[in-house]
Amino acid sequence: MPAMAETPHYPGEFVLRGAEVLDRSGRRRADVVVRDGLIAAVGDALSAPLVLDAGGCIITPGLVDLNAGVGQPGFEETESVHSAARAAALGGFTTIVARADTNPVIDCAAMVKEIVALGADAACRVLPAATVTVGAKGERLSPLAELAALGVRFFADDGRGIPDARLLRRALEYGAALGVVIVQFAEEPSLAAGGEMHEGMWSSLLGIAGIPSEAEEVVVMRDLALARLTGGHLHFRTLSTAASWAMVAGARRRGLQVSAEAALHHLLLSDSACAEFDPATKFRPPLRPEDDCRALQAALAAGEIDCLVSDHTPHSVQDKEVPFGEAAVGASGLEWLVALALSELTLVDARDGGDRAAIPVGLAELIGALSWKPAALIDPAHRGLIERGAVADLTVIDPTATWVLDPRLGASRSRSTPFAGRALRGRVRHTIVRGVPVVIDAVAER
Amino acid sequence: MKHLLGIAGMSRESLDELLVLTDSFAEINARAIPKVPALRGKTVATLFFEDSTRTRLSFETAAKRLSADTLSFSVSSSSVKKGESLRDTALTLEAMRIDAVVVRHGSSGAPWQLARWLDCSVLNAGDGWHEHPTQALLDAFTLRQRFGSLDGLRVAIVGDIKHSRVARSNVWAFTALGAEVVLVAPRTLLPPSLEGWPVQMSEDLDAVLPTVDVVYLLRMQLERQNEALVPTLREYTARFGLTVDRAARLADRAVVLHPGPMNRGVEIAPEVADLERCLVLDQVANGVSVRMAVLFKLLAGADGSTASEELDRAGNG
Repeated sequence: MPAMAETPHYPGEFVLRGAEVLDRSGRRRADVVVRDGLIAAVGDALSAPLVLDAGGCIITPGLVDLNAGVGQPGFEETESVHSAARAAALGGFTTIVARADTNPVIDCAAMVKEIVALGADAACRVLPAATVTVGAKGERLSPLAELAALGVRFFADDGRGIPDARLLRRALEYGAALGVVIVQFAEEPSLAAGGEMHEGMWSSLLGIAGIPSEAEEVVVMRDLALARLTGGHLHFRTLSTAASWAMVAGARRRGLQVSAEAALHHLLLSDSACAEFDPATKFRPPLRPEDDCRALQAALAAGEIDCLVSDHTPHSVQDKEVPFGEAAVGASGLEWLVALALSELTLVDARDGGDRAAIPVGLAELIGALSWKPAALIDPAHRGLIERGAVADLTVIDPTATWVLDPRLGASRSRSTPFAGRALRGRVRHTIVRGVPVVIDAVAER
Repeated sequence: MKHLLGIAGMSRESLDELLVLTDSFAEINARAIPKVPALRGKTVATLFFEDSTRTRLSFETAAKRLSADTLSFSVSSSSVKKGESLRDTALTLEAMRIDAVVVRHGSSGAPWQLARWLDCSVLNAGDGWHEHPTQALLDAFTLRQRFGSLDGLRVAIVGDIKHSRVARSNVWAFTALGAEVVLVAPRTLLPPSLEGWPVQMSEDLDAVLPTVDVVYLLRMQLERQNEALVPTLREYTARFGLTVDRAARLADRAVVLHPGPMNRGVEIAPEVADLERCLVLDQVANGVSVRMAVLFKLLAGADGSTASEELDRAGNG
């Protein structure tokens, strides 16, 4: 009987049939056979004991979100490792990196093990990030080596950043030999203090205290110099301005080990979205002017954005049913990210109408920033190929499915999103994690 | 017109209509018994998340002179202090079947959010740094009373414009009604961007003063000095205060307005505050008339009769 109970209800071997494969090497017609957690074969007219229909779909290497708040421990009424992982899997993510800005924060081995244990039977792979400093207080370094040995790759004092240049220097120096990534939340506290939205035309009209672009840019400027000084791997959280991305691109051309992520909302919404005082439009960094949105779209189209993230930040309803100035920052995003990006940024096929991006993003560039590029930041050996022998982390996207974003139907416990009601085109149909279909026909199996 | 949330976006026609309506209520306020039954049976709640005795009293007086019942929700002694959300507070009020809520809130946009959640009328009595529409209407009314019209008037708004909901509402009201507005302040006290503002700007009060018909002084708060927005209040007064010497350089017909309460000796010299050309008390008196007009406009005639019919009845009552 125990053996029966433990028998997985998913098939050990199946074929994804009828789709196109899109990976680092390009796009082509192919079926994919998955067996025992690995890709067993890729080719034409393959068969297996079970067929998962993928007709008209695109199969990509599993999507990866480097910036997802899971609310656990400390904010379980808004999210849990399991609910976030389910939302992520429904959104096509096979791996998420859980932010460490929990309560208490993830800054010691016991906490890391706790998240790993919670994630063991979650719908997708959940990798814990940890804080750079003990308690994220910006005073002493967390035990980076001990945590790295437990598999932590990203260290971030989220929501606060590391304002102290000397401390950031030490973290980069100490972390360089460990192969870890030091993540900076780029916001100069003295320039951002009290700010609730981007400082500019809209904040002036609306009478809301602003956060200038320069609050981000002065930190990027300074920390690129520290990356040069130390040789450590510096990664910037959700850079939101054109100038920030230009500086990162320049630093990379000079050979610095620097990466950065963009949050989808910074590509899709400008600060004018705050004009109705909807707390769902309150983010940190704040939504920037239209020019910055366009610049980020162009950077994504040009393949200059290392990774696109959800910046999934769960909140309870009461944290958002308050005046704009008192509202918590951030929104729920894991479940809809790829559909929103496909709908608003790409030209998958000939369509008309809708708010198209000025510069349509190629599907390969979009999926690259959601899949093999962030995967390579987690594991530099990751090849980003759908090939025989690779771990079967796969996302199957139906690019023509139409639906409407209704946060009440989401798997996340958090419902706040500025995109509620948007008509979407493109939907995750199946998500395969380590060879297990955790989402079949847009329904979570876990 | 269901709500009065802000002046931005209001047409000259709708502003004019409110000012003409205000004339009628100014006449009622001049009577021996300044009370009409126009809003009998209606209930107006004031919901002030920031203390402002003057504005609250003005609204409550206006409501009572229209025979509306008033109830006053005092935030400092209420469940809001116990963590109740703005939405729950509003829904609680509405469950008492009120017809309008007059809200003052420290957070810009709060009245807009209330208007989304409530079926009753929402009157903005000041939100953050954003808008204070009845202040702008009473200021416009005061100038209209003095000059007949705002057309062609040149108005200097002087002081802490960045943090001023009064300035934000007045810029839209004055310019919509035909006046020309020049903002006079150090760069630190201006909004970060004036893109889209139909105004001129200057840092030289002495150059501006002889050219204007109206000097609108804003309250200068001590805390701005601590935020390094001005070096000292003394230096602020030296550059931007309406001193006796500066007042002497005003054109003969020029007037001085201030939303109150005044910091005598900071933005305005005590002697200037007492000049005939300083219309501060007219502003206060007109505040009641303007708020009567707004309440009447929003709440009367809901049973199908027109505003003018209602007002005729009110005037005869």
